[in-house]
Amino acid sequence: MAELNAKIPSGPLTAKWTQYKDHQNLVNPTNKRKLDIIVVGTGLAGASAAASLGEMGFNVMIFCYQDSPRRAHSIAAQGGINAAKNYPNDGDSIYRLFYDTIKGGDYRSRESNVFRLAEVSNNIIDQCVAQGVPFAREYSGSLENRSFGGALVSRTFYARGQTGQQLLLGAYGALSRQIKLGTVKLFNRHEMQDLVVQDGKARGIIARDLVTGKLERYFGHAVVVATGGYGNVFYLSTNAMGSNVSACWQIFKRGAYFANPCFTQIHPTCIPVHGDYQSKLTLMSESLRNDGRIWVPKNKEDAEKHRKRLIKAKDIKEEDRDYYLERRYPAYGNLVPRDVASRAAKERCDAGYGVGDTGLAVFLDFEESIRRLGKHVIEERYGNLFQMYEKIVDENPYENPMMIYPAVHYTMGGIWVDYELMTTIPGLYVLGEANFSDHGANRLGASALMQGLADGYFVLPYTIQNYLAGEIRVPRMPTDLPEFAEAENNVRNRIRKLMEIKGTKSVDHFHKELGKIMWENVGMGRNEAGLKKAISLIRTLRADFWKDVRIPGSQDELNPELEKAGRVADFLELGELLALDALNRNESCGGHFREEYQTDEGECLRNDENYMYVAAWEYLKEGEFRMHKEALKYEEIEVKQRIYK
Amino acid sequence: MRLTLKIWRQKDSHSKGKFFTYTLDGISPNCSFLEMLDILNEQLIRNNEEPVAFDHDCREGICGMCSLYINGRPHGPDDAITTCQLHMRKFKDGDTIIVEPWRAKPFPVVKDLIVDRSAFDKIIQEGGYISVLTGGAAEANQILVSKVNADLAMDAAACIGCGACVAACKNASAMLFVSAKVSHLTLLPQGRIEAKDRVKKMVAMMDKLGFGNCTNTYACEAECPKLISRSNIARMNREFIFAKVS
Repeated sequence: MAELNAKIPSGPLTAKWTQYKDHQNLVNPTNKRKLDIIVVGTGLAGASAAASLGEMGFNVMIFCYQDSPRRAHSIAAQGGINAAKNYPNDGDSIYRLFYDTIKGGDYRSRESNVFRLAEVSNNIIDQCVAQGVPFAREYSGSLENRSFGGALVSRTFYARGQTGQQLLLGAYGALSRQIKLGTVKLFNRHEMQDLVVQDGKARGIIARDLVTGKLERYFGHAVVVATGGYGNVFYLSTNAMGSNVSACWQIFKRGAYFANPCFTQIHPTCIPVHGDYQSKLTLMSESLRNDGRIWVPKNKEDAEKHRKRLIKAKDIKEEDRDYYLERRYPAYGNLVPRDVASRAAKERCDAGYGVGDTGLAVFLDFEESIRRLGKHVIEERYGNLFQMYEKIVDENPYENPMMIYPAVHYTMGGIWVDYELMTTIPGLYVLGEANFSDHGANRLGASALMQGLADGYFVLPYTIQNYLAGEIRVPRMPTDLPEFAEAENNVRNRIRKLMEIKGTKSVDHFHKELGKIMWENVGMGRNEAGLKKAISLIRTLRADFWKDVRIPGSQDELNPELEKAGRVADFLELGELLALDALNRNESCGGHFREEYQTDEGECLRNDENYMYVAAWEYLKEGEFRMHKEALKYEEIEVKQRIYK
Repeated sequence: MRLTLKIWRQKDSHSKGKFFTYTLDGISPNCSFLEMLDILNEQLIRNNEEPVAFDHDCREGICGMCSLYINGRPHGPDDAITTCQLHMRKFKDGDTIIVEPWRAKPFPVVKDLIVDRSAFDKIIQEGGYISVLTGGAAEANQILVSKVNADLAMDAAACIGCGACVAACKNASAMLFVSAKVSHLTLLPQGRIEAKDRVKKMVAMMDKLGFGNCTNTYACEAECPKLISRSNIARMNREFIFAKVS
């Protein structure tokens, strides 16, 4: 096992980023025009990076599988974006945002990266306001804040329940401007299929035009992957249907390392599962926990009656309600971090207090807030979420409490990157949710948008120059080099293999089966026996997939089933690695809860002595991986047990 | 529920399309419309037929990828939702449902129910932004915005670019879409500086791409999943005239 070098700059934590920028290499304007950069993904990280690089004068190509860059799944983020502005004068600071993020991540993230994230958080708000992002405002005209889980201050900026949409449209606007100016070229309905590595450096990609099915070769002096998380390995999640791990899995197979895949986040407030035809789970923003109170009946009989639809929530008297988060965590109450809230909901439901038809739901109640603030205030704050809930569940949440249950939402793990966001392949960068670095074992609410935009606007545009300064003498390469041909053949063979199976079961069948295995054994509670079982079940399922999947149509046309098949094939490999990583980590931390390792009160029991490291996996061959470690050293922060009581 | 589906099938943009009829049984009323199509596709795959291609992604009404003209209405028989948020409880057992793609010249059919909406991206590229460079922004609270205007801007900015307004309009006009972006930026002090140039360029591109004129029927507003108000069109007209004469 080799130690990984994260290239963390020396010097005091608070000065690292400034000193890095002061001393890094830069590329002069005439040379920028001669350098090509490929960006894959048009979410917050990808769009903001491409726009910024285009503005700087680089020649950028950006790819997305959707029909427009504005559709990337960042658009669905609801609640908000954190920054340490301290506008409400409640004692916030860059240090406190940094500290909360490290603690929220259960001391499994890299200190230097998180500090930089907190440092640039204020620039993001400035940038977005200048772009015209319509954040919520006070009557005075200044920006408004609200609070989110895992923090004692109000540092979250928001645009109703559509913050991700507004931030993405801001980045999409900046990107569109560069497309018009000709510095960025857009390839929509294109999906990356493989990475081209030449002489040890990332030099391009193979992409499939999803309309014609044609495989195309693109050269870049550097490649940036910003393709989001892998939550869809669970089939049911809050991710978009097309969200996938494939670009990350391709670069993993080409030599990038995959770090901490077992750190997955289960979001506590989602609309519960209701049928086996269900294709996705809908999130109800964490911001609702500002004004909603979470409870289950105190008596099992009441829960039972509710499950049988004999009573409604309103029929349960106040003294017979168990506000279990307020009871267990008086300091943070309903605003405990997501992993804690999710486990607490599962614990109540497993103990027989769950409500709703399936018994896998708890109440999120606004009665008290509506009484205190008036319906119009709640409507103004969460109107679109209430409407969304009513359309799905067919019940009015102003009158009856919402029913919610945890669901897979975000993945903290991802491709291993160093301080510069570069992978172990020189010239290959990974940004946003697709990398691993900032959220440790659990991400705090409103921090994903912050990280995506920090990486894209303020980190990568600097760090990539440090590499490209050494590439100015490298001319654009022709794409008929053997490395391009090899990569294209590799893709072509795999597609042919998939099309030739002509089996009996649909792609969705395999995806759903994989999801069941993952949710049951690698979900909210994990244990050694379950994880071992999952690995063996996934292997069998994967073998069956390659023997029996049926993909109609041909590869030379728009073929959604073929697109899905490629993604599910990769999930079938990732699922195994995720379980393996969870099996390796003999401790509980953040979103990774191993049932064998818990305190008497059912809280996470970390093992800092043996597991205070990043597990970065190297791909050897299918089903075979080698682990490398990056030790986590905390210079500024005292590592403690994470308590929200 | 038992349903009869008449679905537009078209191999690609060059081919001619036609309606195909399918029957489905045992659909739960709690199923979403797209989940119903998933079930249909599962059935087609099992019978060795080609599944129906349709655009979709987030399935929570925000990405704007899903489209579908259902029984003569963009996003189907419910108000203020996208197709992915439409549930089968809005239909009756035994219903016949007609499903078509968006029909508008600037949105050519790509395959079956999928259309090409890149015309919208081209309009935004003409000026649907504030020209600010990364890193050059002032302290956020130095730009004060009245809450009234911030709220109106947010109302307009809620547009998801799905194209229902164009599909609903007998003239295939994109006025609601374009005016939503123009309004969002015009209502903010940051966006005023480029206001004249922006509205002229965006309208010119809208015309160039073949979108029709507005004849004030407001079908766009009626079918908009995000309830974008027609008052944005009035605001854009005002801005446009102002830009032209001054």
